[in-house]
Amino acid sequence: MNPEANSGAVPVAFTKSEMMIVAAARELAGQHVCFVGVGLPNVAVNLAKRTVAPDLELVYEAGVFGARPARLPLSIGDPTIVSGATAAMSMFELFAFYLQGGRIDVGFLGAAQIDRFGNINTTVIGDYASPTTRLPGSGGACEIAINARQIFVIMRQTRRSFVERIDFRTSPGNLGGAANADRIRREQGWLGRGPSVVVTDLGIYHFDESGEMRLDSLHPGASLEAVRDTIGWQPQISPELAVTPEPSPAELALMRLELDPGGVFTQ
Amino acid sequence: MTSTSKVATMHDAIAAIVRDGDTVAIEGFTHLISFAAGHEIIRQGRRDLVLARMTPDVIYDQMVAAGVARKLIFSWLGNPGVGGLNAIRRVTEGGQPSLELEEYSHFGMVARYTAGAANLPFFPLRSYFETDLPIVNPLIRPIESPYGDGTVYAVPPLKPDVTIVHAQRADTNGDTQAWGLLGCQKEAAFAAERVIVVVEELVDEALIRADPNRTIIPGLIVDAVVVEPWGAHPSYVQGTYDRDNRFYRDWDPISRDSAATDAWLADWVHGLASRAEYIEKLGAERLAQLKPSAPAPSGSVDYGEYR
Repeated sequence: MNPEANSGAVPVAFTKSEMMIVAAARELAGQHVCFVGVGLPNVAVNLAKRTVAPDLELVYEAGVFGARPARLPLSIGDPTIVSGATAAMSMFELFAFYLQGGRIDVGFLGAAQIDRFGNINTTVIGDYASPTTRLPGSGGACEIAINARQIFVIMRQTRRSFVERIDFRTSPGNLGGAANADRIRREQGWLGRGPSVVVTDLGIYHFDESGEMRLDSLHPGASLEAVRDTIGWQPQISPELAVTPEPSPAELALMRLELDPGGVFTQ
Repeated sequence: MTSTSKVATMHDAIAAIVRDGDTVAIEGFTHLISFAAGHEIIRQGRRDLVLARMTPDVIYDQMVAAGVARKLIFSWLGNPGVGGLNAIRRVTEGGQPSLELEEYSHFGMVARYTAGAANLPFFPLRSYFETDLPIVNPLIRPIESPYGDGTVYAVPPLKPDVTIVHAQRADTNGDTQAWGLLGCQKEAAFAAERVIVVVEELVDEALIRADPNRTIIPGLIVDAVVVEPWGAHPSYVQGTYDRDNRFYRDWDPISRDSAATDAWLADWVHGLASRAEYIEKLGAERLAQLKPSAPAPSGSVDYGEYR
């Protein structure tokens, strides 16, 4: 698509990553306190704050509550998340009081592998003792998955990442299904309710009553064939499958001019 | 009150305090990472170190590449904002990994230092339930609540032989003040047997005493104070210089190639006598680009005088 040719009804050109980020940002409407991760979540959350969720409080695991980043932080500990924030604190305080204490409404996670129940692997591909690929590990993901009130996942959809069986469970989702997961959450007094949204470059999934992810919205340009080709199980498709509204010119302008002018995450 | 100055050169501090086989924690979460101390440890040829850090970062990638470490204790193994730590991946992937790994989550690492600092036998947390982490790390163990309301996981205390932290300023006693991201430096320092603080600026004790809330580490637990401006580069010091993101990106292709990694270490660590030479080699132009775009001073508070 040629942006020069854009006028009136002709759609504005956008990338799959831009669609994914915009869709994730819109899911944050009505949320209050959000634990932000680096990369795609960072752009999505900062976009949400400038659009659908102006009262969103940004929490960074590095020890910041109420961040007002003046530039897109490249790393999770960028100095721009400190300057102008409501509070900067030790990581003990952040993880113990804000996260485990139940003050986080939404935790964003990425994943190298995810299964149908939203269980996540960010530790190794292959055998743990002699892995094919050594991934970063948990970081804060394990405790975010357990303690944040709900979990949003944002990641590109591929056959290598959407798998029937993950190689390592770093962060629990709905375990083997909602019945077991809900029982454990209740018995253990967890404040988190587990995964609620997965946004990919092809569509938006929510979790049904059995705890399995269900495709509720397909991004413009994406097909059910592409969805099935990039998922390692027979996916649940909503009978009322929607088409995700395209990114608006205002959302695109915010991403391109303000949040990620270098196109690091959006291109 | 006066005491003998603890100010030392980096060379002398590392020579006296860091020994072969030690468990060493150079802490600082993205912020305030003492690359200067890491490089001096490489230069002095320490061996068989157990390196603890929540996020091993580029500094431990360099130290592992230089052969100082036998084991890592960590919670997130990556080049923040860029990708993987390639020197560490080279010795941990495939058939026979030669670097031992002991991994936790972030909260688990913080909890380990906290237990170490507070002389507790363990620290309880809600993490790890229904994950594979306790399977691959048997030091993470479930315990029943003594009050009958569920299971939590325990992590053991982590008591480094040496903790090294970088900070904005300290006095000659080692009373240390930092601001910005505080990570787990206080916990890691109090948990350690010996502590080195590296600072941008040596200040008068009166300046410390004028703002006691900002003191994160008291001289009580500090063995040496090293004054090393720009000593945290390519990480950053809030209000003084920015993270050198270009360096973190440049490290990726260098570290993918073991010959290029060795050449970098020869050029930037072994080939230099001190941090001062490193800073000179980096050049004034590169450093100038890392200054904050404008100052943003805090308002001051009034502690009052009470006689």
